[in-house]
Amino acid sequence: MRKVIALGGAALMTALSITSVRAAEAPAKIQKDCAVCHQMSGPASPDLAARQTRKGPPLFFTGNKFRRDWLEAWLQKPTRIRPAGDFAPDHAAKGPEGDAVDAASLSGHPAVDAPAAKQIADYLMTLTPNTALLAKEDYTPGRVSARIGAMDFVKFKGCSGCHKDTPKYGGFSGPELHTAWQRLQPPFIVSYIRDPAAWEPRTLMPNKHLNTAGIHKLANYLRTIGEKPEKAK
Amino acid sequence: MNKLFILAVFLCGSILYPRPAPAADAVHGKTLYRVYCTQCHGLSGDGKGINAPQLSVQPRNHRDRAEMSARTDDDLFKAIKEGGQAVNKSILMPNWDGNMTDAEIHDVVAYLRALCCAGAK
Repeated sequence: MRKVIALGGAALMTALSITSVRAAEAPAKIQKDCAVCHQMSGPASPDLAARQTRKGPPLFFTGNKFRRDWLEAWLQKPTRIRPAGDFAPDHAAKGPEGDAVDAASLSGHPAVDAPAAKQIADYLMTLTPNTALLAKEDYTPGRVSARIGAMDFVKFKGCSGCHKDTPKYGGFSGPELHTAWQRLQPPFIVSYIRDPAAWEPRTLMPNKHLNTAGIHKLANYLRTIGEKPEKAK
Repeated sequence: MNKLFILAVFLCGSILYPRPAPAADAVHGKTLYRVYCTQCHGLSGDGKGINAPQLSVQPRNHRDRAEMSARTDDDLFKAIKEGGQAVNKSILMPNWDGNMTDAEIHDVVAYLRALCCAGAK
């Protein structure tokens, strides 16, 4: 399996060793290149086997999920968001004191140059099949103190079991959340917490059946920890 | 008339002798366990998954025969479906009712029984 992942990564590196292409050709090329690792058209598969073999998160609702400026910057300088890859069991290995992330099994995302990043982001942001899900949410970002938010995140909701709310603290199997506010659109955060399976039937995120106030509290905590501090004037 | 009689006999038979629920599938349960459970409970089910070092409560060792024998199948089903708090355990064990159907959770329970007590690997 790991060999296949490594080969997939190599294939992707080749496929995406690109600069921008002519505008008319871009959607087809981006669809083809990204589809090496990402599901590019919906709906998300309810198939358990598909969840085990996918290499990266689905991108067919990118325009409902990511912030465009973050996406364009990340494509040029990608960093790992999921410490144990997209499917943790494939990147865990038994060690003397228990399982640990097998870093050698992880392959990075290829970087593209600025014109290509713009072109890819332009296209991916047009993919918005789940706008109706976002329309159900009525969320105005607010504030929660870092201390109260952390207690809620760690002790009362148990999110830290899988997610990191600081670079050093939290589980490995879920995407890091100390950068979530920079990465994700606020209505997506709220909608995904409310009903993860509505976005991905085979998500590994449980539905905690939180009420709206509880969901907004978590989203506000992600804002508290994720917003870049304003530059001193 | 004969057809009606046969139908009536069939319906009575169905009521008196209902078909048993399909047996839980431990093999499918193993796949589900790998997808949803190993991140905390470990690749081998020993409670030492990749997330375990960051948790304030050690995940259950599903290979511990004595511990697992003290739990009924209903206890296990409830813990998986409704989460740890539903059985007076840790909130760190989430409810998986939004991710797995009841039938799938029964499959996981069947696998847990094989893992703890029948030497499944």
